[in-house]
Parts: sequence; C-alpha cells; structure tokens
Amino acid sequence: MTYVAIRMLTGDRAKYIGLIFAIAFSTFLLENQSSIFAGIMKRTTSQILDVTDADVWVMDKKTLYVDEVKALTENDLYRVRSVPGVLWAVRLFKAQPRAKALDGTFRVVIMMGLDDSSLVGAPSKNKMILGSVADLRQPDSVIIDRVGFQFLFPGQPLDLGKTLELNDHLVHVVGIAETSAPFATFPIMFSRYSQAIKFVGGERDQLSFVLAKPRPGVSIRDLCDRIGRDTNLRAVSGPSFAWQTVFYYVKNTGIPVNFGITIGIALVVGAVIAGQTFYIFTIENLKQFGALKAIGVTNKRLVRMIVLQALTVAAIGYSIGSGIAKVFFSITLHNDPTRGLVLLWQNMAGVAVAMFVVVLLASFLSIRRVLVLEPAIVFRG
Amino acid sequence: MSVAVECRSVQKDFGRGDTRVQALRGIDLQVPFGQLTMLVGPSGCGKTTLLSVIAGVLNATNGEVEVLGERIDSLSDERLVEFRRKNLGFVFQQFNLLPALTAAENAAIPLLAAGLPRKSSVERATELLAQLGMGDRAHAYPAQLSGGQQQRIAFARALVHEPRLLVCDEPTSALDAETGHQVMELLTAHAVRSDRATIVVTHDNRVFSFADRIARMEDGHITGVSSQPREVTN
Repeated sequence: MTYVAIRMLTGDRAKYIGLIFAIAFSTFLLENQSSIFAGIMKRTTSQILDVTDADVWVMDKKTLYVDEVKALTENDLYRVRSVPGVLWAVRLFKAQPRAKALDGTFRVVIMMGLDDSSLVGAPSKNKMILGSVADLRQPDSVIIDRVGFQFLFPGQPLDLGKTLELNDHLVHVVGIAETSAPFATFPIMFSRYSQAIKFVGGERDQLSFVLAKPRPGVSIRDLCDRIGRDTNLRAVSGPSFAWQTVFYYVKNTGIPVNFGITIGIALVVGAVIAGQTFYIFTIENLKQFGALKAIGVTNKRLVRMIVLQALTVAAIGYSIGSGIAKVFFSITLHNDPTRGLVLLWQNMAGVAVAMFVVVLLASFLSIRRVLVLEPAIVFRG
Repeated sequence: MSVAVECRSVQKDFGRGDTRVQALRGIDLQVPFGQLTMLVGPSGCGKTTLLSVIAGVLNATNGEVEVLGERIDSLSDERLVEFRRKNLGFVFQQFNLLPALTAAENAAIPLLAAGLPRKSSVERATELLAQLGMGDRAHAYPAQLSGGQQQRIAFARALVHEPRLLVCDEPTSALDAETGHQVMELLTAHAVRSDRATIVVTHDNRVFSFADRIARMEDGHITGVSSQPREVTN
C-alpha cells in the first residue's frame, strides 16, 4: 500500500506541488533566518574568537560584553601574572579610533593593541594575506583586515605600505589579514599595545583585557577561578566570553525579536498552508479512502499511508528548501558584507525537526477525518 | 442450496429522538450461494442501507446478520475489516477508482491490502482484466476510460481476490442502457459461481432479467422475494 499512498499523493499534481512548495518555503525561510541570526550573533564575538593563542580573558568584574570595557590598571596585569597556574598573561587593548586615508576617506576602526613582545592575539599565520605579524615590530605599523583595506582604499588592489592617519599619527600598513567579519562594518586593525594606545589617546588607563594562558596541568576553569579569587577581576574562557557577548545582544537588542517574528511567521505559514492543503487533499480523496476502508484496508494502514504521504512531502520540501538555502549561503559567503553567514548544520537539524512536527500536525486533521470515516460513505451515490 | 447471507429481524435507525429515521424495519432475508440476488425498490426504501449492513460497513441497530457462517454483527472492528478483506468484493455505483493508479493497479488493490507484493498483484489483476476484455487497457488511467470500462475495472477489483460474497451497489446506474446491459452480462458470466453469492442493489428495471432472485423492498421492509430463470448470455 506504500505504492498506492505515494501514487495518491503524486496523482494530484497541483496539491502535491503546493504542499512541497509550502514546506520548501518554510524550510528556506527558517534555515535562512536562523542561520543569519546565528551568523550575526557570531559576528558580535569575532574579536574574541579570532584570538586563538590565549585561553583566558580577564576583565573588570562589571564587564558585560566585549564592546564595552572598563580599563584595567597595569597593576592588575601583574596581579594576574602572580596567580598560581598562570603560564603567561599579556595585555590586550581594544578601542575604536577613527582612521583617515590620505585622500580623506575615513572610517571608525576596531584597534586591537597586542602585547609588544609576544604579539598574542595577532592574526594566525594562515590568515595573513600580505606581510607578516612580525612586521608589527616596525614603528607606526598596523595590520589591517582585507575588507577594512577595501573600505579605506576603495578600488585599490591589496598592497602594503599604504599610509593612514590615526589621532595625528601617520601609520603604515605592514600586513593584510583575513579576519572574522565584525558585528558592525568597521575595519579591524592590529598594532603593538604601546603604539595602539598612542593612536587612540584619551584615558589614563588603557588596558582593556589581560589575555592569559594556564600552565600545563591547570585547567582553564581552575585558572579562571583562581584569578577571580586572587585579583577580584573576572576571568573567563574565550568561548564563555563569546557566549556572554551573544547573550548581551540577545537580551539588549531587538535583533532576536526581529528574527523571531520572521521565524514564527515562517513556521505558522508553513504549518497552515501545508495543513490546509493536506486536509483538502484528504477531503477530496475521502471516497477513495472510504473505498479502501470498505475493501478491507485497516485504520492502522490508512494512518501509515497518510503519515507516509506527509513525510514524503516533508522530505522533498525540506530538501528543496535546504538546497535553496545552501545556494543562498554559498553566494553570500563570497560576498564581503555577508561573509561569515553560513548555513549551520545545527540550524538544518533544528529546521528538520520543526518541519517534521509541522507535517505531523498538518496530517493530524486528515488522519482524524479518515479514522472517523464510515466506510458506508462509498455506497452513497 | 446453502445460504451465504442470513438477516434476522435486522433494524437500522439513523439519528435519535425526533430526528430518528428507521431505514430498516425488521428485515428477514436469505441470500443463497450460486445465485445473483437483486435488492430492488424505489429510492429511499433502504436497499443500500441493507447492502451496507450485509457488507459489514454499517452496523445494524438490532437483529442478527450472518454472512458466510459468521455473525458479523458481533465481530470486533478489527476482525470485521479482516473479514471484509478476505471474503467480500465490492462494486460501487461511482466506481471509486483511484485516479492516480492504472487500471491494473486499481484492480490489484485488494491483493495489495492483503499484503501481497505489488508485481505479482498487478500481474494477477492484469490477467483478470484480460478475461474481462480490458487486457489492452490495463495501463490506462481511469480518466482515460469510459464509464463502462471503469466499471469493468471495478469488477476486476471486486473479483481479483476470489471473494465468496460480491456486493454491487447500483452497478449500472451511472451507465447508458447498452453499456449497463454489457456490464450485467459480464457480471453474470464471471461473478456468479456455485461457491459465491452475489447481491446487486438496483432500481434499474432493465437489468432485472439478470437476477436469479429478486427481493423487493419498500419503506424499510422486504415486501417479497421471487425466483426466476436468469437471462442467459452468450
């Protein structure tokens, strides 16, 4: 009867395509919106996740997220270093000065000031497109991200030696790196700590974060606890800090509400269209179902047939919707403004479950209708 | 002459209280094997309701219904479905063919419902269709066939699993006179056998001559049962 169920489903082309379209549309919208949301949230953590050589971030106890920090003192750095289990601890400066090209083009940039001697927090070697991290040891030098270079030097090929003005200091581009896309469209610059604070100017204390590494045998969690206890500062792992930043944006901005509404609408529209079409499909085939019942097809088997029909359209619709989403994200991946927005397998899995529930709900009314159907209906002309 | 169906004081009511309608008012009827029994009468007299009760697709309100030696009024739903699948063949007024299936696939449904493999089921149905003169249309879809051809497929579907009781509801009412006549010829030639009982509900008096026995109904009662020599077909 599996064959009969599938043929019944595919026999009515218009409804079959309508059902698949509803599921595909919902799938695409859900995967698209949830992945863009996840991508945007991930962007808020770009500067954290791009630091791969330190495990622990130390900050002021009141720090809520990465983009709003209260400066630490030099003394704080030494206190962290003195905590048992710390292999090393270095400075990290983060600020947003304005950079100006010689032709007058200017952008607010994210300036990352790296420890002068270790350069911890610099782009990894495989992320360097031109130049090397070691070139940061030259005076008045910065490394800039590829997209940021194109913002400040539009239409020009990637090249080293370009000059920018930062807080009345002329700086030279000694490296171009690929970085994770930031939340806003600001270019990202890396410089040595001692230079970065000059490029920004301002407050007496400039130390944004202390980056630390545990000694072998000391867990990250243990070290964070020890630093917190001994210095009264807050120490968290990179991923924890990233999640804290994500939750800040989730809680304090309208972004999740905006995406949530779209996701909700996609779910409701998908469920309603699929449910309505499936129900109409069943109603129009009621006499056929009645005939099958009279002939001796059991209720159990009829339910299996309907569920099979529902799962078939779900599988096809989901595949088409996911395929379109995949194409969408493969296009946006190569587009600078949308780089970093990818179709996550977690989202695909979540949407698969959602679509499964949607089609089961959609088929529920049809199943109920067929279960209560009197087979004697077939004898009524 | 053994009895295939026996109804004793069968009543069927629809609705309750003021809206209650008595469709069957104490029916006593015997349907023998090897004969074509027709239930005839005016519209609304209860013949289709009686057929539904005998076929086990509608429960009687009162009375006993014994079909092929089984009291179907006391069978559980599950066993009743199984009983119908094994023992009954149905021909409906509106054919009720599945439009997305070919003629052979439609005819094979009772075998598929019994769990037989699709290939062998369709092969068996195709053979039967050939016997019914539809061999060349086995792969056609219902929409591509005339009313008479669709009714032949419905016959094939009713007979493919060798049922011992065949129930036909107005099998000629959707057909013109000539096609209706051909369909009845086919029915008597292929369906009526010594080990099978056939019940046909009709109000088409042009086909009464095909019956061995005619049970006349009126207002929920059997008003008379008569036997006659059936029209012989070539």
